[in-house]
Amino acid sequence: MAPSFLEQLWIARYVILSGLGMSMSISALAIIAGSVVGVFVGLALVYGGGVLRFLVRAYTDIIRGTPVLVLVLASYYVSAAVGLDLGPFSAGVLALAIFCSSHVGEIVRGALQAIPRGQTEAAKAIGLTFNQTFTSVLWPQAMRQCLPAWVNTAAEMVKASTLLSVIGVAELLLRTQEIISRNFMSLQFYFLAGALYFIVNFGIERFGKYVERKTVLPT
Amino acid sequence: MGYTLNFAAVWRNFDFLLSGLALSLGLAVISILIGAAIGLVTAFALTAKNRFASAPARIYVTVIRNLPILVLVLFAYFALPQMGFRIGKIQSFVAVLSIYSGAYLAEVFRAGLLSIPRGLTEAGLAIGLTPMQIRGSIIAPLMFRNVLPSLSSTVISLFKDTSLAAAIAVPELTFAARKINVESFRVIETWMVTSALYVVTCFLIAAIMRFVERRLALPR
Repeated sequence: MAPSFLEQLWIARYVILSGLGMSMSISALAIIAGSVVGVFVGLALVYGGGVLRFLVRAYTDIIRGTPVLVLVLASYYVSAAVGLDLGPFSAGVLALAIFCSSHVGEIVRGALQAIPRGQTEAAKAIGLTFNQTFTSVLWPQAMRQCLPAWVNTAAEMVKASTLLSVIGVAELLLRTQEIISRNFMSLQFYFLAGALYFIVNFGIERFGKYVERKTVLPT
Repeated sequence: MGYTLNFAAVWRNFDFLLSGLALSLGLAVISILIGAAIGLVTAFALTAKNRFASAPARIYVTVIRNLPILVLVLFAYFALPQMGFRIGKIQSFVAVLSIYSGAYLAEVFRAGLLSIPRGLTEAGLAIGLTPMQIRGSIIAPLMFRNVLPSLSSTVISLFKDTSLAAAIAVPELTFAARKINVESFRVIETWMVTSALYVVTCFLIAAIMRFVERRLALPR
């Protein structure tokens, strides 16, 4: 008799766990790198001079108008064509980080612009320099504003990490496909992969709701 | 890096890219229309007081929104035939994108429904309309106008999601680009043009949505 689903699951346990670990590290790297760049993108969108702002606006609009899958494929093939030997993992993480940076940039821009102008004027009136105004008046409030949206972006990144299976990064979805090609239990193992992604993303979503409650400004 | 851009190979295959783009748009339009119908029903269910209506709708929206669409696409195309559902890849992708967009549009519509004053429902009841008539001819049209601004970004992101059909070899834009890339090795040129086509289409969708929004704006 052919091995049952549970037996197949037991055989594949390390493969699935390593795939899940790979998915998590891809997402984490993309979120960290993308957020660091994204903060600067957001700052440039709000405070940048004419040319800088135009360039950064073009960057975010182009990235946001292109599907993530196209970014992943382009990053993978183009990096090889220009002689950068990145390999699928780095190329994929690079694409996701670029995608993440444009999203975080828009979130930061929105948060900074949502702060009433009167606060900057008040800070000026009591004699704060721009740097002081920014670090102790604007930035703390903007952080509060953008945290919930930022957590949502993290969930987006976990979902987008599945696209790296297309360029052959052994993350959870590609591992699942490999397991299925061995035991033909496509229904069960796609279900399992879906359940794992759901658990991770649902956890992130709950955490986002919690952060939202904690960061809401007292009225 | 002495790389000279040469777009000849891309222009030679430009028809192929354009027909891919047309298929992408077709997939998006059909799926979003079906998804809008699903989303509207789900949004009414989400805002219903009856728990037997709101709980299944809440589960549907939560589950779909927390799953990567690529998993859904592969599941529908590779796993469902095991259960006896045999449909073509375009049909299976449209089904998946419809269900997926239904969940996202339901959330957009739900926010719109909550912004409709209760007085309208009461006025409708007072002049003797049935609850179904009130939903169909008063609440839904008003809600639709209210949500148009936030609808734009959802529609654009759903259009971009049609690129995932490439994973099951539906010959849409991304699939066409990948094919040209592999055949011609004009890597940079192919992806530049493909990305430009997507960006331009997204801008056009945004412009059309803004136009519709202005035309349908409620007089203040």
